[in-house]
Amino acid sequence: MIDNPKTGMTLIVKTITRLTVGLILLFGIYIILHGHLSPGGGFAGGVIVALSFVHLMLAFGKDVAISKVSKNLASNLESIGALMFLSIALLGFLGGSFFLNILPKGTPFNLFSAGIIPLCNIAIGIKVGVGLFAIFLTLVIVEKSK
Amino acid sequence: MKAIDIIPLFVIIPLAAAFLISLVGRFIKRSSEVIIFISSLALLGLSLYARFLLNSAPGKILVYKIGGWAPPFGICMVMDGLSSFMLVTVNLIAFFVAVYSLSYMNQYTDKPKFFTLFSLMVCGMNGVIITGDLFNLFVFLEIASIASYALVAFGTEAEELEASFKYAIMGSVASAFIFIGIAFLYSFTSTLNMADMARILAYKQNAWVIPFAGVLFLMGFGLKSSLVPFHAWLPDAHPSAPAPISAMLSGVLIKTLGVYSLVRVFFNIIGSTHGYLGILMFLGVVSMLVGVVLALSQWDLKRLLAYHSISQIGYVVLGIGLGTPLGVLGGLFHLFNHSVFKSLLFLNSGSVDYAAGTRDLKETGGLGKLMPVTAKTNLAASMAIAGIPPFNGFFSKTIIIIACLQKGFTGYAICAVIGSILTLSSFMKVQRFVFLGEVKDKLKNIKEAPFAMVFSTVCLAIICVLGGLMLLPSLRFFLDDAVAVVLKGTSYAGVVLEAASK
Amino acid sequence: MTLYFLCLMLFCVGLYGVLRKRNLVKIIVGLGIMEYAMNLFFVLLGYRFDGRAPIVARDQNILNMVDPLPQALVLTSIVIGLAVTALIISIAIRIYEKYGTFDITKIKKLKG
Repeated sequence: MIDNPKTGMTLIVKTITRLTVGLILLFGIYIILHGHLSPGGGFAGGVIVALSFVHLMLAFGKDVAISKVSKNLASNLESIGALMFLSIALLGFLGGSFFLNILPKGTPFNLFSAGIIPLCNIAIGIKVGVGLFAIFLTLVIVEKSK
Repeated sequence: MKAIDIIPLFVIIPLAAAFLISLVGRFIKRSSEVIIFISSLALLGLSLYARFLLNSAPGKILVYKIGGWAPPFGICMVMDGLSSFMLVTVNLIAFFVAVYSLSYMNQYTDKPKFFTLFSLMVCGMNGVIITGDLFNLFVFLEIASIASYALVAFGTEAEELEASFKYAIMGSVASAFIFIGIAFLYSFTSTLNMADMARILAYKQNAWVIPFAGVLFLMGFGLKSSLVPFHAWLPDAHPSAPAPISAMLSGVLIKTLGVYSLVRVFFNIIGSTHGYLGILMFLGVVSMLVGVVLALSQWDLKRLLAYHSISQIGYVVLGIGLGTPLGVLGGLFHLFNHSVFKSLLFLNSGSVDYAAGTRDLKETGGLGKLMPVTAKTNLAASMAIAGIPPFNGFFSKTIIIIACLQKGFTGYAICAVIGSILTLSSFMKVQRFVFLGEVKDKLKNIKEAPFAMVFSTVCLAIICVLGGLMLLPSLRFFLDDAVAVVLKGTSYAGVVLEAASK
Repeated sequence: MTLYFLCLMLFCVGLYGVLRKRNLVKIIVGLGIMEYAMNLFFVLLGYRFDGRAPIVARDQNILNMVDPLPQALVLTSIVIGLAVTALIISIAIRIYEKYGTFDITKIKKLKG
């Protein structure tokens, strides 16, 4: 990561951020994936994923954060997340009714169980995470309008 | 796919259209316009098909269980007479407004974002109408409200931002009241399904929770439908929005989020008694008079139309609050008619704004010679709103007045007639100042509006003229089924639960 | 019973903030307090006596749980509140650019 001493916070904050940003992102993905086994799921995990990007922006300044996830990428990923959720729900039509749980359900308390619920959690996690970061970008980068 | 599978499509199609437009609208030119046209045409066709499908369904009701879970455990979508009536109204107006905005929005910079928000608003309104679960109604109500807050501020001028802020704060306070009402009812009946709640509330009649939740719902839904103590956001929000969004807000949003939800909760869940109906009638009459009196002194065209919206919603609530078959028929018929002619009036004001660049009545004049189609459709809509035969407004207002006299409320009937006379005078002022008289110098070179705008206004004017035909015996089923659902009251629960168990 | 009453008092505090404060940002903070109070009220409705957390783990057998339905609904409501707050704050930022003040007695271009 570029270490420009003029932007962002002090050296101590930047060093700790380099160590912890990956861990926060991994923790968020863990909460999204285990949404059907422990509390959390799509919304809460998505917020933690967004917070990792916000942490990056706070410590290093907005240019580094925008180079990782730009505004166009955020907007496109958000729409893709919503369309993924809608198409998973439409797959239920193959089984009978809208939003039916059609994938095999497996044994309880395993990671690969409970049908379509982990897939829905992943779609919501992508959408909420990227969407919250896009809101933050829009509020911080205020273009001067007349 | 069975025929009942079309019910979730009313929510799926606008949601998919919104996110598709958001994804590809920036890359492929004019793709957003094609997608919105196809989706709104599909929704209009589906709603008309669903209306005819309902004629052959047993008990005139169709219940769709999402995910196969039977109520009270699952969320169900209910299509009965009232839902299909509202669906046809909403999707008809949404189609014509979408066609109109294909050429009106050329003045603004960001068309894909506009169509995304528009499609989300239509998805929210369709969801409110067809859902059978109380919390699901709250979620879809919030989707439609948030989309409308963003659409009112679309032009980002100073006045539009101020109006949008006021509207957003007051709308959020109303949603908070609705949420606390739902919380009280959930703690009392421990279920969220509308039919199940109606069945349980029929046993436990005398508890303090039910009138308390009823008053909270009246405050929340009353603000969304701009009844009189809660109307202060409407004269600022509706003029500031772009013209097609004003037509959607005034034409369908205040009716689905406000009047339809109020009718569902008060007639089908809580059960209507004389106390509630008396309050609804009183608020309706006060809205009628306050709206039309405050409109007499306006010189801004869209602000005048916004005050008349408050007045006409008063007519609808008065009709529904009467509780007799004739009164509810008049109220629901006036709801449909008001959607049609108020949307037409707002679209015409948008055409005048597009061509002449101003909304002030003192600045325009003599546009009748330069824009003949707009002048004629405006004349049709003005005569409809004032209640002149043979336009559709005459029939619905007459039915409401006769129903008032039948039940013995002669005071309310006289107020309705006075309101109608003042509405006529207000619209004669509009017609004279905008379309008759001398043409001012700087407006000499304006032309008629583009084809898409003219197409929408002419079609809506034709519906205005032919609207009275809906009272013919062969077409009466459209309104009669809706009236039957409202008057059935809490026995709606038995019909829904029986249809869901098949 | 006193818990529910205190929640509704917090709701009224937020409502006072929305009605009587003159600064735009203070109105938004009042709206936020109202949202917290109503979410807290809804979650507290689900409490059952001697109830435990409504999570089924692999080798535990929990007899009485608190009601899990309000917890799922409040999750949705919190996200809705977040979206409304984000929208209103961005509108307030643009109002400051256009009018130059946050005072609502000076933001009065629409009258009549």
